[in-house]
Amino acid sequence: MALEILPQVLVDGLVLGFMYALIALGYTMVYGVLEFINFAHSEIFVLGAFVGVEILFMLESSGNLTVLHPAFVLALIVMAAMAISGLAAMALERVAYRPLMGGPRLVALISAIGASFLLQDGLRLFESLWRNTFYLTYPTMAALDRAVPLSANLTVPVKSLLVIGTALAMLVGLYLFVNRTRMGAAIRAVAQDPDTASLMGVPVKRVIALTFFVGGAMGGLAGVLFGLHYSLVNPYSGFFPGLKAFTAAVLGGIGNIPGAMLGGLLLGTLEALAASYLSIFTDGAFGAEYKDVVAFVVLILILIFRPKGLLGEKVREERA
Amino acid sequence: MPALGVVNPYYLEIAVQVGIYVALALGLNIVVGFVGLLNLGFVAFFAIGAYLWAIFGSPQANQFIAGGLFPLSAGWFFIFLLLSVVVGAATGVLLGLPVLRLRGDYLAVVTLGFAEVVRALVNNLDKPINLTNGPRGITPITKPPLFFQPLLDVLGIQVTPAQLYPLYFYFLVLALACVIVIVTRRLEESRIGRAWKAIREDEIAASAMGIPVVKMKLVGFAVGASFASAVGVLFAAKQVFINPESFTFMESIGVLAMVILGGMGSVPGAILGATGVTVLNLQLLKGLSLWLNGLRQSGAVLSIPLLGDFAWSQLPAQFEPAKYERMVFGLILIVMMIFRPQGFLPPQRKR
Repeated sequence: MALEILPQVLVDGLVLGFMYALIALGYTMVYGVLEFINFAHSEIFVLGAFVGVEILFMLESSGNLTVLHPAFVLALIVMAAMAISGLAAMALERVAYRPLMGGPRLVALISAIGASFLLQDGLRLFESLWRNTFYLTYPTMAALDRAVPLSANLTVPVKSLLVIGTALAMLVGLYLFVNRTRMGAAIRAVAQDPDTASLMGVPVKRVIALTFFVGGAMGGLAGVLFGLHYSLVNPYSGFFPGLKAFTAAVLGGIGNIPGAMLGGLLLGTLEALAASYLSIFTDGAFGAEYKDVVAFVVLILILIFRPKGLLGEKVREERA
Repeated sequence: MPALGVVNPYYLEIAVQVGIYVALALGLNIVVGFVGLLNLGFVAFFAIGAYLWAIFGSPQANQFIAGGLFPLSAGWFFIFLLLSVVVGAATGVLLGLPVLRLRGDYLAVVTLGFAEVVRALVNNLDKPINLTNGPRGITPITKPPLFFQPLLDVLGIQVTPAQLYPLYFYFLVLALACVIVIVTRRLEESRIGRAWKAIREDEIAASAMGIPVVKMKLVGFAVGASFASAVGVLFAAKQVFINPESFTFMESIGVLAMVILGGMGSVPGAILGATGVTVLNLQLLKGLSLWLNGLRQSGAVLSIPLLGDFAWSQLPAQFEPAKYERMVFGLILIVMMIFRPQGFLPPQRKR
């Protein structure tokens, strides 16, 4: 019984892991440049999920959801969510973080926590006034609910494949963007040393804003995928995915793009294994409810034994 | 205050709540304000104290210790109050030891994670051994003894325990807060306090001057944790019923907002901040919600020039200001960080 479900557990874990990885990319982008944990990133992620569900509601009520080609609908909600989340992250940087740069780290961190709360209840307020509820369910899209059977014990829904495909595409795209383009070079330059970069003619503030935009857009994308995959969203559903994505980023080495992906996959798989097997191995004493604890135990262990993360590079200590 | 409380027990209840938060804010103030360590999971220590008394001060402990010894008699309350200080300090050290070498923002996330672990544990430790009774919570929890009742009888004052307890808790909280203030003040002036502030200002310089940085951070962590834990014991006794719901991330942030609002590192600031935020939550936001509900039911119509009429009854039922605690905290945190990061009552710099 225990072994039969293993392939399914692993596949579910991988999907979850890719989801974490996508969110972790946003943390890692911002951290790589500013050495600053964007605490509000999990809310940017939820914002993306809400943009997606609102557009689907609009299409549904106008009767277009069943008429339009699913690929077109997907492209539409993904683009919209990425744009709005990206802009929101940029606005956040402008309002809550930029005035504080150069001050003590604690100040920017607290402001980030404040921004996170503001966004949570801001979304709740908006949805409360607009729909009189803030627990939203994604409309079903028949094309996504089909499952691809791989073997007797293993079926993979199309939406899981979508998550995996998008995450891989984003990883490659982001890696090429950072390492092969001029803007990417500017981002790396600012990450190395903002003062020198600015002397070399790099517009540091614009580069930071761009970094937030890209990170936010990643978050928005992850949000839409999360919504499509798990159906239910509410303004507070970013808390655990956000924390776990952060753990994934630290696990892989924060600031490191492939590291975020690796960390996400490891964590997702570990969590899926814990959810399915903890209860079997402990004879029912400890069950799936402890799956959230796994992430924090991993986080603490990683920080103790390998604070740079698995693929971590040298951390600049002087800005600590 | 107590005189007012006799007239209107509701105000006394708020005063006790304020007192509990003042005591918590004073504890967090040591960690965040003096040592400069951002602890986002402070409520975990509060929960540990609360569950410590709740488990042994109720029949709950009979679930795993045979002999029907529990609940312990009321007199044990004060022993547990002292015990909670020790337990709090021990858990503070236990968490601090591995993570205090980390830099500020990692620590923030780890403490947050720790609080979630504690919450997951109290939520789920109803099996294999029923330690915490899970999400159902623990009740009834023994209240502290009314040791002064004979004295009141001699004086000829006739009051029932139901009338006496709110007042009693008020003075207990007051006493606890006073003890915390005195200890904090003494620590602040001592070598330890000066070492803390040196670490807060510049960790590298402090360690170069021979301050044992990790040890001092641990002391700060332990002291803050033991205060929170003691407040937890009091909280459990006052509430009679506790469940995991009282110990969410929101509570940690609430206490943090109090410390920041008042002024990190300032004792009067922490008191002011705790009072301000508690009154805001319990009185102003709740009042606004009630007022809006009243309007909704009254059928009144608001005439806005140029925009036409708006019937209050159209206001969505989900819109309740009392539910937007987070938004208020978020705004407070951002605005304070931008315009006045030192808080309303910043600590006086002494030479």
